[in-house]
Amino acid sequence: MEPILLRARGVPNSHSLDTYLAAGGYEGLKKALALEPDAVTKEVLDSELRGRGGAGFPTGRKWTFVPRDHPGPRYLICNADESEPGTFKDREIIEHDPHLLLEGIAVASYAIRANTAYIYIRGEFVRWAAILEQAIAEARARGILGSEVLGSGYGLDIWVHRGAGAYICGEETSLIESLEGKRGFPRLKPPFPAVVGVFGKPTVVNNVETLACLPSILTRGAAWFASIGRPRNTGPKLYCVSGHVRRPGVYELPMGVTFREIIEEHCGGVRDGHRLKAFFPGGSSAPVMTADQIDVKADFDACAEAGSMLGSGGVIVLDDSVDMVEAAANLAHFYAHESCGQCTPCREGSDWARDILDRIVAGHGRPEDPQTLLRICNYASQGMTICPLGDAFALPISSIVKKFPQEFERHIAAATPRPPKKLPVLPWAGPRPGFDGR
Amino acid sequence: MTTAAIHAVPAEQLATVTFDASTEERIAELLTHYPTRRAALLPVLWLCQQRYGWIAPGVIEAVAARLGESPAFVQGVVTFYTMFYTSPPARFVLQVCETLSCAVCGGAELVEHLKARLGIGFGERTPDGTFQLVGVQCLGACGSAPVVQINDDYFENLTIDTLDAILDELSKRKEA
Repeated sequence: MEPILLRARGVPNSHSLDTYLAAGGYEGLKKALALEPDAVTKEVLDSELRGRGGAGFPTGRKWTFVPRDHPGPRYLICNADESEPGTFKDREIIEHDPHLLLEGIAVASYAIRANTAYIYIRGEFVRWAAILEQAIAEARARGILGSEVLGSGYGLDIWVHRGAGAYICGEETSLIESLEGKRGFPRLKPPFPAVVGVFGKPTVVNNVETLACLPSILTRGAAWFASIGRPRNTGPKLYCVSGHVRRPGVYELPMGVTFREIIEEHCGGVRDGHRLKAFFPGGSSAPVMTADQIDVKADFDACAEAGSMLGSGGVIVLDDSVDMVEAAANLAHFYAHESCGQCTPCREGSDWARDILDRIVAGHGRPEDPQTLLRICNYASQGMTICPLGDAFALPISSIVKKFPQEFERHIAAATPRPPKKLPVLPWAGPRPGFDGR
Repeated sequence: MTTAAIHAVPAEQLATVTFDASTEERIAELLTHYPTRRAALLPVLWLCQQRYGWIAPGVIEAVAARLGESPAFVQGVVTFYTMFYTSPPARFVLQVCETLSCAVCGGAELVEHLKARLGIGFGERTPDGTFQLVGVQCLGACGSAPVVQINDDYFENLTIDTLDAILDELSKRKEA
């Protein structure tokens, strides 16, 4: 497939506005500005573009939830928080083609009639935030952004807003709280951000890759976009492959290639002398898939049918050298660290899961541990928490427990009881004043 | 290598903080990005961390006063996020990714090597204040694992040898 989203990768000076314009850049935005905003939304609806951030919600439909009669202002937020383990695609777009993202943001902002857009980028991406700042300054200096977008009378400002190290801020309501200057505690939905979002105004939050699809939908048409992939699973997709493959990296492929094509053809298969054991299809928060599921199509519906999810398209490949109990423990550490602490099942559950898995790895597993882990996961998922982080930790861990029971059994069969912990004995300061002992 | 060293202003000089004119100017500009003053909190904290090297209690009070928030609120925000230093950091903060893709691609060995070479554990700093070791969660560069972020810069596809070369160079710069 000809590259759409990674077209600029390898082109010298690809991040500059001149290079972008010479390659036909900002033509999609010109087309959009010639249409009514609703016609732009219609085009995106027809393309069947689904959100690339993880949930796979139809992008055009998300836009239609913005109330039509709201006096405004409305906001567009580009989610560049990119924190899902195994995901590193947005950085690729920002690094090589920042103007593609800015054009996508401008198209989406115009469609929802927003005059201000924010790019919420993870705090660690200092270099990539600077690339965006520079691209915005260039576009503003040439009249592509600002009070008159390409002389159309439509005004748009884009601001880069850096996070400060919190996985949870990739969740859209947490991102909104963080953008407002608060701790990143997710909000209860409804109201959805499209109705009450940032600063209490209608807000659409779209992922970098989603927005980067928009310029080509405008220039080449919805039908062209929908012809890539299959119905309801359309367009080019960035697959990020990491772990035990010969050639890890970001690959742009038509939606719906199989994991076998991704892992074996494009990434050269797993390392010499090893066999594929398991893979996470869409970031570490997706249920793990086993080697025999490699022929599943890497699209939203096929992954869901296979009991997992495409998520962010971050494929983490694990070969037979990996101890799945250790892998589960590693991920439990991640989620226990990143749980925002707002909801008990997630805050406490992820800590318990981490402690139990650490104990099994340390050689002190107990026969009841797998069942306990499943119970903890059950309590933290399916609507028991405000945001999906509860599910995000429960799904990978419970799926590892269910799909690799023999690995848990092996650890537990060889386990020794943990030596009892000696609790520190504090000197007693005597009864509290006024306490009569009853 | 261009990685800039962090120069943490000593705590006693940050007991009471007054923003200088250029900082005030930057804050005023940042406030134009948002309809509320509170929304500028993260950018202003970043600005302060760049300026002072860390977020001292005196900085929290000054930021709170400037943005019309209580120090308690600002403190709450500062401690929610992992990237704001609440104590003076070393000149080079080695942030080693510990999450799955890095861990299975040599990251675990890198951590062991760093601990042995520097003689410190996670959260600690070398006695001369050059290096500080921090275990961090996914840095979003899994395709080039293992990854270490040093101050603001990413170092990817590392081996023990390439990382050693980077540390050698950074140690040398201490004397310069």
